[in-house]
Amino acid sequence: MNKLTSISLLTLLATLSGCASVEPWVKPYERDKLADPIMAFGRHPVALQHVAHVQDSREAAKGANGSGGGGCGCN
Amino acid sequence: MAVEAAVVVVTRALCILLLLSGAVSAAVLPQDRADVMYHAYQGGGVTIDGPAVMLRKKAGQSVSLSAYYYIDTVSGASVDVQATASAYTETRHEKRLGIDYLAGNSIISANYAQSDENDYNAKSVSFGIAHDTFGGMTTLSLEAGLGDDKVGRNGDDSFSEAVKRSNYKFGWTQVLTSSWIAALNMQVDLDEGYLNNPYRSVRYRDANDPRGYAYQREVYPRTRNALAVSLVNKVYLPYRAALSVNTRHYQDSWDIRAFDIELEYVHPLSQYWTLEGKVRWYSQSQADFYRDLFDFASQQNFLARDKELSEFNNLTLGVGASYHLSSFGFWPDARPELNLQWDHIRFNYKNFRNLTVAGVDVGLEPLYQLDANVIRAFFSLYF
Repeated sequence: MNKLTSISLLTLLATLSGCASVEPWVKPYERDKLADPIMAFGRHPVALQHVAHVQDSREAAKGANGSGGGGCGCN
Repeated sequence: MAVEAAVVVVTRALCILLLLSGAVSAAVLPQDRADVMYHAYQGGGVTIDGPAVMLRKKAGQSVSLSAYYYIDTVSGASVDVQATASAYTETRHEKRLGIDYLAGNSIISANYAQSDENDYNAKSVSFGIAHDTFGGMTTLSLEAGLGDDKVGRNGDDSFSEAVKRSNYKFGWTQVLTSSWIAALNMQVDLDEGYLNNPYRSVRYRDANDPRGYAYQREVYPRTRNALAVSLVNKVYLPYRAALSVNTRHYQDSWDIRAFDIELEYVHPLSQYWTLEGKVRWYSQSQADFYRDLFDFASQQNFLARDKELSEFNNLTLGVGASYHLSSFGFWPDARPELNLQWDHIRFNYKNFRNLTVAGVDVGLEPLYQLDANVIRAFFSLYF
């Protein structure tokens, strides 16, 4: 096992050992602003479809213009 | 050191993922809503408009169904068509059906889409999963899609080609603070088949032609692989308003590189009115087989003079307004809303020339530029 692999494994173990200290830092009751409809990704899906269509038709680039959605755990 | 730094980043990401199983959160199905829209695009001698309808409704506690129907009618002739053909009119119908299934912290989705016009038919299916985790602060999503296109050419019944498409998407949405949420999205597209526009041509110098140039059909490679990565940051401002910054990088096997950045601002004025504005900048380099004017016929294996493959940039300025109507007496739970959005887009082409300008030496025609106006007027009902 070379030196680089050893360092990598040690780093991995050291980081994993710190996992217990990583906790969600924004509690559900602190997400009222994120739950506001103005903060939603894709507030108007029907309009977004059209925007994406206009762009895809006239630009070479495409993709990655959506969002996995959610994430705020609101509701 | 760089390797070690990368290991640290990866292990920290692993660390978060390892916590996922213990996280307490719940994914939520999208809200029930119906939208009816009129859309119009006008620019560069072309008008494209029509209606669209979208409906989303839960069926029980765990299932949400969606349907989308869109029609656009194209009329007129863009600058490249003006040079080689006459104006035309055609209509495209697009249908989409989707189902989302809520299972614990995950939403599993399946979608079907179909687009039909007289010379192009496309069908696609996609499957995805989105998982809420880390106390509801993180959403990870994966999606895979497959598509089959059939390409025809009006006036040539013997012409029939096909395209097979596949795409893979990864999304990571992360709550960062109580007023800041970000999303990282990646998409890989693999296309194979007839990727040309069957009507477009390239021009090459021809001293025997009175114009000084002649045309031949475009020839594209039969494969195209692309990668797009985007980062969205959305912040709730100290007063009730939202600001988002969306950046995206794109590159593909045709040597096109593109970058765009969009700033969007949403500002509720009162309980009835919400205003929004956006600025978007887009820039791309050309495909390596693109040229505005070739030196002679069949100068290289692949030939393109499609302005969408040229080097250009565009700037979009957009404004929008939403008006929340009073609830209906017969359906007090439903919330109706009227929306109007207008975008103005200016395209600046860097190596695509306007051949409709007469009396200019070949290859010295002015660079093409176009302004487009896009309107979306829609009625939404949340229930």
